[in-house]
Amino acid sequence: MITQGKHSGSLLTQSARTKKRNAAETRFKAYGIAAIAVSLLMLLVLVTTIVSKGLGAYQQTFITLQVELLEKKIDKKGNRILADIKKVSTFGYAPLIKSAVTAKVEELGIETGLKSKQLVGLLSKGAAAQLRDFVINNPDRIGDTVEFRFLASSRVDGYLKGRVHRDSIANDKNISPAQLDLVDALMAAGVIEKTFNIDFIIGADASDQRPEAAGMGVAMLGSLSMMMVVLALALPIGVGASIYLEEFAPKNWITDIIEVNISNLAAVPSIVFGILGLAVFINYMHLPMSAPLVGGLVLTLMTLPTIIISTRAALSAVPPSIRDAALGIGASRMQAVFHHVLPLAAPGILTGTILGLAQALGETAPLLLIGMVGFIASNAPDSIASGLMSPNSAMPAQIYEWAKRADPAFYERAWGGIILLLLFLVTMNTVAVILRRRFERRW
Amino acid sequence: MNDMTLMERKVETQDIKIEASDVQVHYGDTHAIKDVNVKIEDKTVTAFIGPSGCGKSTFLRCLNRMNDTIQTCRFTGKILLDGEDIYDKRVDPVQLRAKVGMVFQKPNPFPKSIYDNVAYGPKIHGMFNTKSELDEIVETALRRAAIWEEVKDRLQAPGTGLSGGQQQRLCIARAVATKPEVLLMDEPCSALDPIATAQVEELIDELGQRFSVVIVTHSMQQAARVSQKTAFFHMGNLVEFGETGQVFTNPKDPRTESYITGRIG
Repeated sequence: MITQGKHSGSLLTQSARTKKRNAAETRFKAYGIAAIAVSLLMLLVLVTTIVSKGLGAYQQTFITLQVELLEKKIDKKGNRILADIKKVSTFGYAPLIKSAVTAKVEELGIETGLKSKQLVGLLSKGAAAQLRDFVINNPDRIGDTVEFRFLASSRVDGYLKGRVHRDSIANDKNISPAQLDLVDALMAAGVIEKTFNIDFIIGADASDQRPEAAGMGVAMLGSLSMMMVVLALALPIGVGASIYLEEFAPKNWITDIIEVNISNLAAVPSIVFGILGLAVFINYMHLPMSAPLVGGLVLTLMTLPTIIISTRAALSAVPPSIRDAALGIGASRMQAVFHHVLPLAAPGILTGTILGLAQALGETAPLLLIGMVGFIASNAPDSIASGLMSPNSAMPAQIYEWAKRADPAFYERAWGGIILLLLFLVTMNTVAVILRRRFERRW
Repeated sequence: MNDMTLMERKVETQDIKIEASDVQVHYGDTHAIKDVNVKIEDKTVTAFIGPSGCGKSTFLRCLNRMNDTIQTCRFTGKILLDGEDIYDKRVDPVQLRAKVGMVFQKPNPFPKSIYDNVAYGPKIHGMFNTKSELDEIVETALRRAAIWEEVKDRLQAPGTGLSGGQQQRLCIARAVATKPEVLLMDEPCSALDPIATAQVEELIDELGQRFSVVIVTHSMQQAARVSQKTAFFHMGNLVEFGETGQVFTNPKDPRTESYITGRIG
């Protein structure tokens, strides 16, 4: 027997039941605020960590030296024939640098017990190559004394950035306290300086021995060419498939199965697409390994479900009355879709595509499987001209590559690379939001 | 126009525009239209009335094959438009819909300019050669829909920015612009206020003098005001079809009488 409830009592006092409900609501709100606060805190921690660890990569230490390009060392015959000059390897330029450093130290009157070999150790191992490239490009300068800005070695760079300390180098054979004393003295003299490093953004990767010279530029180009492949393939295929499925296909068990499978594909781990790409595109179709074309194809497979799902959502959000209106005045199905439904769905499709591209841009696992961690040391424009079929790297793969190298200087560059990658992703997402805001239409 | 004058309205004998025979419509397992036979005359307003779910809208949508877009819908029977079976295999529904225009319950202008809304039909049917011809078609259609004076200064403004009644008249102008021979209207005033309704009804009266207008309405007063012929549907059956005056004042079937006196519906 249910007793009939009575609303007794004054409205001015809260009943026990009302109090309980209000308390529950207050608690729920508190949980929500706490959750948001925790996420914001995490975001803050993440951003500060990335920025504080990565910003160092955008600055680099340079040593300015006057090098006398001795003719007897680099062009013994003295006839300035390029073929002969090229015969001298970087090894042949080492003495020039050695004497330039020694001369500089003597000129400044710095007392140091260091041998010339240790003096040269302050410079990047790429210094001789830099010198040789200059001479090959400017053979007429042989015999002159030319001022060069050489990269400092990663230890010197680390000392200036606070990564390398005097007490942490006890077992480091690459640097000694005496060398650091010299660095301090050269700093005071203005020979060593730390400046903005454009080469990190536009340059190529460098070997294990020269972290100070490594850059993201070529990997960015690799990512860019992959994104072009993804955009050129995934957008038309994805939008075409969605339009057919949403507007034309009969609703039966076959389309149901297709629909379920598209949703399933969106949930497949990306490494599975990677191994599929390895098996199909490289082993079976014999496309070149490490090529942006293959990377783009794999990422296309990965992005397609995302684009199809968001496009279908955008299409079905267009009210059916618009289709009726078009059909009612004698438009064909296709005219109704292309003249009226598609323009209204375009912002949603565009947003979905950009988000899919952003996801593809940050994807690492499939690229590792198809070998898109190629070490590319050639700078633009050579690296662009080599195109879609030659080996390249991609931004996330490059970051992974740096993170696993032994030298801590590469670790800093990995964080720096993450800043670049995040900048790209944030930009793409912002563009997606702006496009949606601008082209969203009410009906 | 009021209910008292409808008996005096002269109904001429007209040519038959649409002749439906033995029409059956199923939605999946539901038998929506049962054995409907009806002859719709040219230059006449015919009203379909009946309680909700009686099949009047379904039958209307059969007349321009809009039900084709619904997958579970099955049609049997015959509908002749000027003696040609519109459900013949050779008939392209797109061509049919150019002849049999439709106005929907909710005003549904395209989210484009007023001009583009009206010009869309003529554009896809290739009904003009020059821009000035198109301008003329648009103006004529807007004048026929009695909205020209209100919008002539802002043809490039979005059609969705108009008021509800104006939007519905814009939709009528859009339907009229393709020069249809039959105009189907599915409860065209149900989303409109009384003043807009009066404007649209006046328009229907005018359009009825040019071609065959079939209007579905759940307002019996509206049917009485605008139509010359009325068909009463109940549970998928066409219960009664006759001249509006006769159906409302002297119904033959007891179900019609129950409905118009408010006992069922």
